[in-house]
Amino acid sequence: MNHNTATIAVRELTRKFGPFTAVDHISFDVYAGEVFGFLGANGAGKTTAIRILTGLLMPTSGQAQVAGFDVWRQPEQIKRHIGYMSQKFSLYQDLTPLENIRFFGGVYGLSLRTIRQKSEMLMERLGMQAVAHRLVGTLPLGWRQKLAFSLALLHEPRIVFLDEPTSGVDPLTRRTFWEMIRTEAAKGTTIFVTTHYMDEAEYCDRVSIMVRGHIAALDTPQALKVQFGAEHMEAVFLKLTRPSEL
Amino acid sequence: MSIQVHGLVKRYGPLTAVAGVSFEVAAGEIFGLTGPDGAGKSSLFRMLTTLMRPDEGGGKVVGFDMLDEFLEIRRRIGYMPDVFSLYEDLTVRENLNFFARVFGVRIEDNYHLIREVYEPLKPFEGRRAGHLSGGMKQKLALSCALIHQPQALFLDEPTTGVDAVSRKEFWDILYRIRARGVAILVATPYMDEAARCDRLALMQQGRLLTQGTPQALLESYPHHLYAIEVAQPWRWLELLRSHPKVHRAVLAGEVIHVSSLEPLDLTYMRQWLVDSGVTAANFYPVQPDIEDLFIALMDQKAHPTGL
Repeated sequence: MNHNTATIAVRELTRKFGPFTAVDHISFDVYAGEVFGFLGANGAGKTTAIRILTGLLMPTSGQAQVAGFDVWRQPEQIKRHIGYMSQKFSLYQDLTPLENIRFFGGVYGLSLRTIRQKSEMLMERLGMQAVAHRLVGTLPLGWRQKLAFSLALLHEPRIVFLDEPTSGVDPLTRRTFWEMIRTEAAKGTTIFVTTHYMDEAEYCDRVSIMVRGHIAALDTPQALKVQFGAEHMEAVFLKLTRPSEL
Repeated sequence: MSIQVHGLVKRYGPLTAVAGVSFEVAAGEIFGLTGPDGAGKSSLFRMLTTLMRPDEGGGKVVGFDMLDEFLEIRRRIGYMPDVFSLYEDLTVRENLNFFARVFGVRIEDNYHLIREVYEPLKPFEGRRAGHLSGGMKQKLALSCALIHQPQALFLDEPTTGVDAVSRKEFWDILYRIRARGVAILVATPYMDEAARCDRLALMQQGRLLTQGTPQALLESYPHHLYAIEVAQPWRWLELLRSHPKVHRAVLAGEVIHVSSLEPLDLTYMRQWLVDSGVTAANFYPVQPDIEDLFIALMDQKAHPTGL
């Protein structure tokens, strides 16, 4: 992790929907090569914040730069320079792996030659040559996950947003997926990830927890556990989001 | 037994979604069904709720035959499908009225059954269901599934995508419903929730890998399990996997879980870690959790995830 290079810089970022403030003056930096866990209860404002940071939604006030581009003035540049993956949608199930690569390569404006090279390289690296022409929907989940993650990285973004990438996945695939995330981060890619699995918060370098539009806590998992006198991240999460019950 | 089924099979063309499933659930029992997406959980639910006929097998639900007496079953069960299935363009109150009238009950008569679930929705009774937050939709769906006093409750992933706190609240409610003698079948992809069931089954590729009380299942863990506490655990997985006695090494929250087919010598392993450059590591035996068991059983069934 390189603390000198903030690939995401957020200052007093705010988004209102009518009288409701979904994101309320949040500020943080995320660094190159960092795995940043973005946690919070349902309705805390995570999705709104992610939509702003991925160039899909304008803020109401505040500043944010993503991969060096401004969310106000350069949302299209942001979209081009980030990767995105969610469990709900990341691959066309009724296309083959090769067709998916060609589609996403085309969307990101890669040349046909680059797409061809990337296709060969990916199929070999993922060990998927034998299934390159089978429909993605018929492939085992582990392969689909690896392929989806590789596609989010196809255009070599400096930042990849992973929105609940492991929800509904078996425990082995889930843990193996996190190994892939750590490997990619070690190459210098920034990983911005959300999850409802609290054990996965432990795999992050730093974790932020959003509560009602604010960032209620932000630190390493270790420091958060010390700060809140909790043994696990789940207890940290509970203390922050439902303090009245404890 | 409130639910008693045997040999259930469901095929979709060449795909066998449910491949011979048998189990029982007693009144006042929470039976959990856990497994990844695509394991066949929802197909199983649709057969049990009589929305889909099994290709093979059968059984009884709340005392009636699944195949011949499905109308009797439908009157006596509550079902919360895996996708939000209420009327999004009706208000909260209109949805509840609708379900009460379909089942021929009066909300006033049965309100005590749903009070704790429905009370948080009271301020929003005039809001359209489509405009509710995820947590509130979940509470409304549960209210509508409970209003006719069902003897069995079928909950298909009621907490998927729900944060850890709301999940805990949901389970507190389930325990109170159980106390009224309702049989509850609940599917969940979160294996920490599985441990909260009275009994549970692990499901993968259409089959139940195992079933029993959480305690009995954990005692059946077939391997020996150890934890390694070390900074940045992901850096050491490949090294651990290179050791001939290590069967599997996986991330497990803040530690690594290492399984082996035979007991490992702690002193030897600790020295081996130091010699291999893993300093400041703590190595000790550990009790498996449901996910460890699931992974071990996936191994035994030659799990083809492509990993």
